[in-house]
Amino acid sequence: MFEQAIFYIFAAMLIFSAAMVITVRNPVHAALFLVLSFFTSAGLWLLLEAEFLAIALVLVYVGAVMVLFLFVVMMLDINIAELREGFARYFPIAALVAIVMMYSLGTIVGPENFGLDQVAAAQGHAADYNNTHELGMALFTRYIWPFEIAAVILLVAIIAAIALTLRATRQTKAPNVDHQIAVRREDRVRLIKVDSEPLD
Amino acid sequence: MNTVISYFKSLTLWELVKGLHLTGGYLIKRKITIQYPEEKTPQSPRFRGLHALRRYPNGEERCIACKLCEAVCPALAITIESEPREDGTRRTTRYDIDLTKCIFCGFCEESCPVDSIVETRHFEYHGEQRGDLLMTKQNLLANGDRFEAQIAADRASESRYR
Amino acid sequence: MNIVALIEAQLTWLPAPAVVTLIIVLKILCIVVPVMGSVAYLTLAERKVIGFIQVRIGPNRVGPLGLLQPIADALKLLCKEVIVPSGSNRFLFLVAPVLALGPALAAWAVIPFDAELILADISAGLLYILALTSLGVYGIIVAGWASNSKYAFLGAMRSAAQIVSYEIPMGFALVGVLVAAGSLNLGQIVEAQRGGLGLFSWFWLPLFPLFVIYFISGVAETNRAPFDVSEGESEIVAGFHVEYAGMAFALFFLAEYANMILISGLTAVLFLGGWLSPIPGIPDGIHWFIAKTAFFLFLFLWFRATFPRYRYDQIMRLGWKIFLPITIVWIIVVSAMVVWNVPPWFAA
Repeated sequence: MFEQAIFYIFAAMLIFSAAMVITVRNPVHAALFLVLSFFTSAGLWLLLEAEFLAIALVLVYVGAVMVLFLFVVMMLDINIAELREGFARYFPIAALVAIVMMYSLGTIVGPENFGLDQVAAAQGHAADYNNTHELGMALFTRYIWPFEIAAVILLVAIIAAIALTLRATRQTKAPNVDHQIAVRREDRVRLIKVDSEPLD
Repeated sequence: MNTVISYFKSLTLWELVKGLHLTGGYLIKRKITIQYPEEKTPQSPRFRGLHALRRYPNGEERCIACKLCEAVCPALAITIESEPREDGTRRTTRYDIDLTKCIFCGFCEESCPVDSIVETRHFEYHGEQRGDLLMTKQNLLANGDRFEAQIAADRASESRYR
Repeated sequence: MNIVALIEAQLTWLPAPAVVTLIIVLKILCIVVPVMGSVAYLTLAERKVIGFIQVRIGPNRVGPLGLLQPIADALKLLCKEVIVPSGSNRFLFLVAPVLALGPALAAWAVIPFDAELILADISAGLLYILALTSLGVYGIIVAGWASNSKYAFLGAMRSAAQIVSYEIPMGFALVGVLVAAGSLNLGQIVEAQRGGLGLFSWFWLPLFPLFVIYFISGVAETNRAPFDVSEGESEIVAGFHVEYAGMAFALFFLAEYANMILISGLTAVLFLGGWLSPIPGIPDGIHWFIAKTAFFLFLFLWFRATFPRYRYDQIMRLGWKIFLPITIVWIIVVSAMVVWNVPPWFAA
């Protein structure tokens, strides 16, 4: 009863914030609503006793990804009028794409695939059940290959992103911090003994 | 070799520890704070504080309205108007010092041929309105009467050097 | 705990869920009120310590030895007007201080003060802490954006990049701890540090580089000197909270100091054995935890009085090019020590 109430509150908040993400005009507000929807879905995962995943969701998406998102979105200077210019012209194509996507999503995540007869109900565990441990065991034994492959793909992505930003000629005039820090007093200061003028 | 040494030095945070050691030493040093209203720092007899106009011992005001102080004042804080008195001597009818302009340089005191305008050691005064810090002739003479004993003593002790 | 049982016995006339809620609220108050008191007196301690280091004596006028100064400051801030700048986003502007303070207080739920003294003894405590400390940045970003001021915005941008960067070495340092302890539960991490050698069986010795990096990253994460570029009085006025006044400003202040206490407490739990006594034979207890936390808080103040502010690009270099490689190398070293059961810390 209590859990159901919490579920419906969180689910309502999740749907509301997800709808707001795509309807609000202000991109910063949209990003903040996305943060809220991550939070509420983390709450739902907690209800499923998936506390490791819930906290990891908050840690990774809310704590890191969305911060960088906000970082970029806040710097944008978006002209709404310009964006709305071709709205009427492109609307039919957009509607067509949207309908196709809705249909294909519906076939996958439709209610007929998620009834209790399709997926077994999550069974409750004792208070000392540690799903971090279980997750680690599954990830590093049974799914070790997918896990490692995903890691390699991410590594390639990181290196590619860094390679893209490395240009042959540096446009910035930022000083080289390593050189600046490596400077010692002896490199810059020279004490010279100057003989004083003899008194007349 | 030097780069290796400096590399290890920076890894051990050696310079930061040195800095912490220095400030940590000051933490336990004797404090030099003066608890102002109760304790005060010693004052020099040459201290330049609130202005005063002095009188001769017989009660006659010293100022002869020569306007040297007005001329020398770098902040243009002094305004003087003068007229002959009934006995024929030239006296000021107005002697204002705007303390909001004054920079307490002491030039007025140096320029005065009759030791009339002086700066006392008094510095704890305030004004609640801007007009309060405009010293008129009456204020300045009253200051002189109030601090005459100390003014005279300070002038006497410093007379050798003037 | 028998006090809990005592209160429950008094409240039998209430329905059971209400009693549970009431007891949880009481427990939360038992943590929040002392934390807030510590925050208030930390501000006084900061002014006193920095004063002493500058050969002054610090505030001493309000009450004996200035002990009532924090209360006077709080009263002053309460009486001041909260000004919402024109052109700002009113809702986000007012919600930002709460976003800053909330995570700083919520993280205390999983801190073990003593063997039994813990509000929520959850298995993923370390992750929870890491998640919540990473949320504090939202208050700063939202404040900077909602203020509609260029200084506030610059401060927010700097702070966002800095906190995201230092979270990574901080997280890796925590990975080292959890490899060494074999648990994400903070209470079990403390118990894993129990040993016959007193303070030498704690994790600060085998994990020394991680210990140093964790604490320095903690200083950066709380935007304290020498990493306070997001405030940077001399460059961007006061950074993200220039436009704040009165109680809204006070909340940011509370959040910053609550975060300092949190980081100090965490460092004590993770590396200095929490409530364990440093000398074998002397009983453990909460006083050890408080003493260790106070030690790290003193370090915070000492750092502020000693080091000049880092330049922004140097902060980034320190986080990415120095801390990150060192932590990764040391995680491998720790794993090797655990695998080969290096005594006395990881004896099988």
